[in-house]
Amino acid sequence: MKILVAVKRVIDYNVQIRVKEDGSGVVTDNVKMSTNPPDDNAIEEAVKIKESGKATEIIAVTVGEEKAQETVRKALAVGADRGIHVKVDGIIEPLAVSKILKKIVEKENPDLVFMGKQAIDDDCNQTGQMLAAHLNWPQATFASKIEVNDKSLQVTREVDEGLETIEVNTPAIVTCDLRLNEPRYASLPNIMKAKKKPIEQINASDLGVDTNPRIEHIKIEEPPKRKAGIKVASVEELVQKLKNEAKVI
Amino acid sequence: MSVLLIAEHNNKEVKPFTLNAITAASLIDQDLHVLLIGSKADDVAKSLSEVPLVKKVLHIDHEIYENYIAENYTAAILKHADKYSHIICSANTFGKNLMPRVAALLDISQVSDIIKVISPDTFLRPIYAGNAFATVKSNDEKKCVTIRPTSFEAAETTGGSAEIEKIDAADLSENTKFINREEIKSDRPELGTARIVISGGRGLQSGENFKLITDVADKLNAAIGASRAAVDAGYITNEHQVGQTGKVVVPDLYIAVGISGAIQHLAGMKESKVIVAINKDGEAPIFSVADYGLEADLFEALPQFLEELNKLNTIQK
Repeated sequence: MKILVAVKRVIDYNVQIRVKEDGSGVVTDNVKMSTNPPDDNAIEEAVKIKESGKATEIIAVTVGEEKAQETVRKALAVGADRGIHVKVDGIIEPLAVSKILKKIVEKENPDLVFMGKQAIDDDCNQTGQMLAAHLNWPQATFASKIEVNDKSLQVTREVDEGLETIEVNTPAIVTCDLRLNEPRYASLPNIMKAKKKPIEQINASDLGVDTNPRIEHIKIEEPPKRKAGIKVASVEELVQKLKNEAKVI
Repeated sequence: MSVLLIAEHNNKEVKPFTLNAITAASLIDQDLHVLLIGSKADDVAKSLSEVPLVKKVLHIDHEIYENYIAENYTAAILKHADKYSHIICSANTFGKNLMPRVAALLDISQVSDIIKVISPDTFLRPIYAGNAFATVKSNDEKKCVTIRPTSFEAAETTGGSAEIEKIDAADLSENTKFINREEIKSDRPELGTARIVISGGRGLQSGENFKLITDVADKLNAAIGASRAAVDAGYITNEHQVGQTGKVVVPDLYIAVGISGAIQHLAGMKESKVIVAINKDGEAPIFSVADYGLEADLFEALPQFLEELNKLNTIQK
């Protein structure tokens, strides 16, 4: 069984982002970048499945500018076998990413495609579902547990009401939640070894996919700031304030 | 053209966030039709028809829709999409799972999780866990939009009398099977719509200690939330998680107890009207968004808090 894992390079989750003054976007120069956190869970799950003997090959793929390769390299360091980098500059929407990934799936014929449920930069939560639609494959989103069977997966999904379990026939798309597993750190020897693993570079333009944005970003601005609050000295004062000042209890 | 809203329900009742999405949809176009896909859900159809903002209810009734499967819903929606300018649903796990599948097959770049309708093609949406707001304009001819429910009031539910039109089912997907759903039944208000939410974090140190939170929640008739750290540590189940990848809540009062206030948690609660933080670390980032901060050991403060609440003559419910 072959697993394709899609990863995205985003501003690190610990960075307090800054909005550009001209309203054109957020500052990315000299800002720490990392792999989108739930994409790390996606890689980890693929590696665990391979370690259990149920998968033979893991391919990590990313779509983005030159430096997006770093996320593929990191995936190789934790256990992916080879990488694919689809090069494209500028803003690329989930719809276009899903069309590019469809081309990669048609080329590589994986049995499973994993990715994070949501990217923490644009917070769109679309790509996996869109890819599933283009391929007419079943989708199991927000996965917190995956059981691999012969020709199907049993997936537990985190939904608003609690947990839902579905069975999907393979080939299938799974989008991963943060509680699916605990992503491992790459060891130094594995980081060195990863440098020798191949990453194939493909230009998005060669895939015949229209990557022009359909959504115009008219303005990016800071959200309204909250007024500074106060510290109270005691529980008694807190309850009095809530009752008499804020009038919420 | 009209707008088509996809209803979320359990075949007995409309889910509350659908009512918030109805309000948002009606701001895009008043000719609002609701698509109800279900099995033996006539009661749901009737209650949707009584929502004054709804002009028409399209009802697909078939046993294959007993459980919500995105693949099956998508096929049903696509049969009717061409008559509508917008397809809309709520941006909770229901809509997040469903809408991109619909959008991709219509070749539409979806606008996710909007918090404001500026015009029928322009919307405001949070990005980077709510640390920036983007004004975006969709240039697709038809639009697929998901609505952040807590940013819109729930629609009135009585007084309307929309027509209910029965329509045919679409094909069933053979590749996805519903197995089960573990729903935790609770008498408490729902987290997403509660007037008061009290949340616990890693500071609680164990699942048992969450009892300190539940005792206060009982007194205040509050819903119970949690930080991701508390859910990851197994103190409480996932449906309580508040934050960027959990639920977004906007209660009148949010009480954060033993929660440091990571960016990802703030994303889910910082629009609350009044925020209280109880934490023994005076430098914790949660204090930067709190209207009232109490620097204290929660194991002393929570029992005292309950005691002080007990002294009050009346408590708003």
